[in-house]
Amino acid sequence: MVARRELTPRGAMDDLLQEFIAETRETLEALAGEIVAWEADPADRARLDAIFRFVHTVKGSCGFLDLPRLARLSHAAEDVLAAVRDGTRPADTALVSAVLAIVDRIGEIVEAIDAGRGLDDSGEELLIAALDVDAAPAVVFAPQAANTPQRAPTRSVRLSVDLLDRMMSGMSDMVLARNELARRMRDGSPDPASDAALERLSLTVAEMRETVTRTRMQTIDALFSALPRMVRDTAAGLGKIVHLSIEGSDVELDREMIEMMRDPLVHIIRNSIDHGIESPDVRRAAGKPETGRLTVTARQSGNRIVIEIVDDGAGIDIERVIAKLSAGGARDARELRALPEQAKMALVFEPGLTTKDQVTEVSGRGVGMDVVKSNIEHIGGRIELDNAPGRGLRIAIHVPLTLSIMSTIVLGVGDQRFALPRQSIEEIDAVSAEAIRIDRLGDGMVATVRGRRLPLVDLGRLLGNGRDVEDIGAMLAIVGVANGSFALAVDHVLDAEELVVKPAAPAVMAAGIYGGQTLPDTGEPMLLLDASGIAAAAGLKFEHVMAALAATEVVEEKGVSALLFVDLDDVRRAVPLAIVDRVENVVAGAIRFVGGQLRLTADGGIVPVVAQGSVDRRGGVAVLRLTDGESSVAYAIAEACDIVTLPLEIATVAVPGIVAGVAMVDGEPIELIDPHWLFGTYGAADAPAVPPLCLFVSDGSGWMGNVLKPVLEAAGYRVATADTGETPAVVLAMEEDAEVLGTLAPVVRLRRARDGGTESIYRYDRDGLVAALAAAGGRR
Amino acid sequence: MNGLYLIAHLAGRTVAIAAEQVESVVDIGQVTPVPRASRGVRGLAALRSRVVTVIDSYAMLGLAAPETGSRRAVVTRVEGHHYAMMVDALEDVAIFEQQPLTGGMSFDGEWARAARGVVTRDGEPILVLDLTALLPVMAEAA
Repeated sequence: MVARRELTPRGAMDDLLQEFIAETRETLEALAGEIVAWEADPADRARLDAIFRFVHTVKGSCGFLDLPRLARLSHAAEDVLAAVRDGTRPADTALVSAVLAIVDRIGEIVEAIDAGRGLDDSGEELLIAALDVDAAPAVVFAPQAANTPQRAPTRSVRLSVDLLDRMMSGMSDMVLARNELARRMRDGSPDPASDAALERLSLTVAEMRETVTRTRMQTIDALFSALPRMVRDTAAGLGKIVHLSIEGSDVELDREMIEMMRDPLVHIIRNSIDHGIESPDVRRAAGKPETGRLTVTARQSGNRIVIEIVDDGAGIDIERVIAKLSAGGARDARELRALPEQAKMALVFEPGLTTKDQVTEVSGRGVGMDVVKSNIEHIGGRIELDNAPGRGLRIAIHVPLTLSIMSTIVLGVGDQRFALPRQSIEEIDAVSAEAIRIDRLGDGMVATVRGRRLPLVDLGRLLGNGRDVEDIGAMLAIVGVANGSFALAVDHVLDAEELVVKPAAPAVMAAGIYGGQTLPDTGEPMLLLDASGIAAAAGLKFEHVMAALAATEVVEEKGVSALLFVDLDDVRRAVPLAIVDRVENVVAGAIRFVGGQLRLTADGGIVPVVAQGSVDRRGGVAVLRLTDGESSVAYAIAEACDIVTLPLEIATVAVPGIVAGVAMVDGEPIELIDPHWLFGTYGAADAPAVPPLCLFVSDGSGWMGNVLKPVLEAAGYRVATADTGETPAVVLAMEEDAEVLGTLAPVVRLRRARDGGTESIYRYDRDGLVAALAAAGGRR
Repeated sequence: MNGLYLIAHLAGRTVAIAAEQVESVVDIGQVTPVPRASRGVRGLAALRSRVVTVIDSYAMLGLAAPETGSRRAVVTRVEGHHYAMMVDALEDVAIFEQQPLTGGMSFDGEWARAARGVVTRDGEPILVLDLTALLPVMAEAA
């Protein structure tokens, strides 16, 4: 009956027990990384000590709390670890596995105590017996160097999330009270002294609000600390060797967001290990090191967090994906192959896709990347794939900093207001605008916006205002959903607002068109609309990627879309929207004057910066990231204003320069940036500060060094004929050379004969060679 | 079994609500309608900094709302969400002994779902209502 009593805590010990459970759980989480590190290097005294301390603490608490089962387990583990510390026993694999099994068991028992349920104690004798010197060794894990950083004690207290939530809601109360006060004071007689006091109050409240928001932030380590153990277990289960490195654990993220990221991240990492990284012998055959590399990094970029998962496995085999998709007969393989590269990659997110032929324990149960993608989109994020077949895959997840504060556009229908997430809105137009045509089609309506035909949904009618089909709102919001876009007609577009969005009650969510509720500063509740819910409620069906692409191809009909912005010299200028990759805020420190030119350091690369005035060194700078598909240029601006349609008549300027001409936009002459000149002038200078390294292998005859080196140096490469330890951007080898071992870099092969396949390049084909090197990853 | 009950009036009937279901008693202000929501959802209202879902208790019991629109409501919390259940008026809170509904008493439809028992006040039997049974049944919860 001992075990029974142990699992039903009661009485005055409850508080102590709760404290013990919380502490043990926390230490276990923190310990996960240490354990794997210790396993990789059993001689690591610091790690051994950390684990020893853990079992020792558990043992101590157990005696006090009368938990004999835990006491027995921790005591046994402590004895063995003490022997290792004394040097009387070596920390071999069997021992490490046995200790790990005990640590796991302790975790299970603690969870069982917390949940108040029983846990079968059979097998515990075996766990303890496994610690014995003579115990047979269990599974063998390959040793690997780990670099999990040691934890330093932090100055912090433990708070319940509930308390934080209450603080947050108290804060919102305060903001509302401040607004109310401000309203009353505006209506009453003005009194400078009270105004000043209110001003001060407002400032304090705003500051306070920011601080309270920060209390909800947590380092992403909470998400990452469990990864080493997970990777180890997953890889071991599949007979693979994987080295995990983690960077950016100190990046902060809303704690709710961290919870939402957990499943997608686990799924992606499991996929990487299961589908991406090959088994050791396959890797050896492919000329890769047996140990697969998996890198998980987090970094902040503006008000978003980017989490990258990079592996050096096989990458995604698009052919296989296409074969799978067309196997069911639903899709035509030829059609899929004809898709542009980007659209082909997007096929990975098609529902129900699994490229594994066998269902493994780890992944491939039909819950695929489509679920991951929709989960990430649900929290306002997006996911990017960067595939290098045979060399690896990079997955980047972009998510907003907090889940609760959302950037929205407030729309009016009748006398009610609704918020719509800003990121789902592509553009906003007046129905009366020239570029827009509304037609009745069957029993529905379509809007043609600059040649792009979109289904039209009138929000008022959808919400049941009973108006006639053709009596639609005066404003159109073009809204993007997973597979396409539609036009949403509303009566007014009121405002852009940053809102604290909370989930609504199930009875409200059941309507299917809402994403949550919010209480703006007016004090009147407002509903957040869900774009895909609206599309579903309106019965819109979007065809697959193909149709969506076809629709975007007819966009160019008349007039070019351009982004209107205020330049650094306070002149309003416009730049064609097609070359704008994104608008982002960068810290001024990221822009430096080097090599005779302003350059922006971002995303691990260096981009030339165009500035028509002095860049403000304080605070942030807004930049337009322009790209012509290959090179990219950052254009520093004061602020972005609007998206406009340029007229067909443009007065060109005589002298080629940064301004191509002048166009009339809303009765105002606007200077147009000349992208051709811009990329011609700045894009060409897009050489990285350090030229990429090209490694020659097997240069026995000296041909490469003598004949080829000058050519490559002229093309902007540094050349090495022996491995310098630096990872080259590209490797050059002769056709007949053996497999190039030990490099992750792409390999370009040369042949002696003028004619040959596409696998190699004729060695005197200078242009072909330079192009092949660039394509393989040298010069971008 | 003795317990604390809030006595309220709902469409002219006297009902008792177990005190543990009652978070607060409020007068609700302006209600923001929720188009396309489930039957019985009157809308959203702000209570200090909190948004509550206003439930039309009358509709949930298959009754017409009284013409003199009362603003009184009982706030209850279910699965982390706050609901304001509309009532005519509220009396006081007192300790009563809840008795089971005996075989003879039977109710129709919605009332049958919400009725939990009976308490007796000075000889007057008062029906005990379960507020959670008055919440619109959501397809999602299934």
